[in-house]
Amino acid sequence: MIDLKDKLVLALGERDGVPGPALEACAVSAGAQVIYSATQCFA
Amino acid sequence: MIQERRAIGVPVIRAARFVLAHVPDLVMSGSKPRRELARQGEVLRTQLRAHLRSFRDAVAYPPHQVLIGNQVPELLYEFPRPWHMRPMDNAPAVGAAGMIIDQDTFYAWLARADTANLIVLADAYAPRIAAGLDGVRVSTRDAAGLARAVSAGAEPFHCDGLDGAVRVAGVVLPADDEDESLRAPVLLENLAAKVTGALALRRLRDEVAPHEPVDFLLGSGEEAVGDRYQRGGGNLAKAIGELAGVRTPGGADVKAFCAGPVHALILAGALIAAGVHRRVVVVGGGSLAKLGMKFRGHLTVGYPILEDVLAGMAIDVVADDGRSPELRLDAAMVHRIDDGGAGHHMYGALAQAPLRTLGLRLSDVDRFAVELHNPDITEPAGSGDVPGTNYTMLAALAARAGEITREQMPAFVRAHGLPGFSPTQGHIPSAIPYLPHAILGLTEGTMTRVQFIAKGSLFLGRMTGMSDGASVLLERNAQFMRKGVTS
Amino acid sequence: MDLEEQGTIKRVVEGSERSRMVVLLGTPNKGSTTMIALTLTQGDPSYAGPLAGVPLGLPIHHILEPEVRQAIPADVYAREIGPLEFVLDATGISAALKSVRAR
Repeated sequence: MIDLKDKLVLALGERDGVPGPALEACAVSAGAQVIYSATQCFA
Repeated sequence: MIQERRAIGVPVIRAARFVLAHVPDLVMSGSKPRRELARQGEVLRTQLRAHLRSFRDAVAYPPHQVLIGNQVPELLYEFPRPWHMRPMDNAPAVGAAGMIIDQDTFYAWLARADTANLIVLADAYAPRIAAGLDGVRVSTRDAAGLARAVSAGAEPFHCDGLDGAVRVAGVVLPADDEDESLRAPVLLENLAAKVTGALALRRLRDEVAPHEPVDFLLGSGEEAVGDRYQRGGGNLAKAIGELAGVRTPGGADVKAFCAGPVHALILAGALIAAGVHRRVVVVGGGSLAKLGMKFRGHLTVGYPILEDVLAGMAIDVVADDGRSPELRLDAAMVHRIDDGGAGHHMYGALAQAPLRTLGLRLSDVDRFAVELHNPDITEPAGSGDVPGTNYTMLAALAARAGEITREQMPAFVRAHGLPGFSPTQGHIPSAIPYLPHAILGLTEGTMTRVQFIAKGSLFLGRMTGMSDGASVLLERNAQFMRKGVTS
Repeated sequence: MDLEEQGTIKRVVEGSERSRMVVLLGTPNKGSTTMIALTLTQGDPSYAGPLAGVPLGLPIHHILEPEVRQAIPADVYAREIGPLEFVLDATGISAALKSVRAR
């Protein structure tokens, strides 16, 4: 298991995978801080 | 005497038309090719040109035949991929749901669409499209004059010269030297949208109730029409109407990225139901920026450049005619700010929730129309099979709701889904291309209901991280049902 | 990953507290996961962007990896990820990242 508590997360999401806001919600709930979040469309 | 309140009516979708403009020489002006050519120059240009398709190949291309209504989408399950290896010889360029025009025809329409003296044609090219220019006054210049214009910011468009070499067919001039919103490439993009939208509208009006006046046009494309002070001012809908020779309606644009057309259908339906208008046409022009978007993938696997067509569409929404499929406004849905953006959030909100309010399950829908991008275009570029992924998500939600088992998911996809067949023209592939086939299936065929679900990537504009979407449910007309068709 | 995004990420990473940074991916399949992971660990393979030849040196994880799932409260994961776990190719994605890490 990895520990996300107090980590600084760069959330690279994708529209057809897991989008940025979903990654953010997961990271924050595990105690991390999100310093960058993006969602790519049709990469 | 006081007018009686107009009755709340049932809106129906009567028809849809698609126009494809095959413009291989405009691929270089697509956003991705243009940027890559700026970095890699002549070597790449030669490579790209070697992979362009002829008009005949574009017409014979099975997905295009499906789009203009000459074939059903399910036919593509029978053909091995890649589909360009299975051309349909003698396939016509016109069909029940639209038509495919060639580049010369498109360029003539560009000149026709020009109300601001932006287009200058090459002396040597103008005679070639003289018939299409009948009644249109257009400037011409010699090659040197055009070259000077390009140095001063004009955007050239090309053709194959009679000697086979690439020639400049004409240019679009910038409308203002300093206004970024009126640069020549932007104007060419907007003119291309205007032309393709107008051609689809004209086709619709000519073939469907030509004497019934259109009251309102709702634009739904993703272009941005404006100038420095109002960069997205819009209302290309009215310009499209004017060019199409449809002069009775007013117009406005609905801007919602790829979900624009389905949002517009809901609004059109509401206008009809409320009695504000009797005939509303949702229109949308093509995206020049998306030409050649995935060319890298195609070059790598040796495909022709498949993104060489601009698509325009027009959808006829009218009051109940006792035959056409009903737009169930009580099952229309939009994605709300509080809804999540992951696939299951989107389809839970846009597919399951509205069906539930009618007491229906996902399995009660004959077909879902989702993003219908042609997988031959998207897979070589690493973007996967977009419709496939979307249908798998719907199947997963059906499994989660206990309608089917996990093992039954592939069968659900095959029964309720579709193969992708649309060009990657942004808002165009977003569920809408299935409309002509759905209308047939819901009238002459045996289908009862079809749900159209569109998604929009609002986050691309950097104003939000949100996604968006909209859905509509089409049902066999209640009066048509009574005529002996079982539900 | 396009060039503009490479530039933004490079800028963000050059800020302080690099040792606390972690990349969390939401890519949909094996191929795109491999491509992004390679760009971020070994530098842009097309040598075209700001990350050309610049390995970022950050740990990279994907939200569908089992070890990541276990770090997130179950109710949040079910809500945010839910069926994506079996709609997307979780096994292929995990394998792709293991393979990139091994290089």
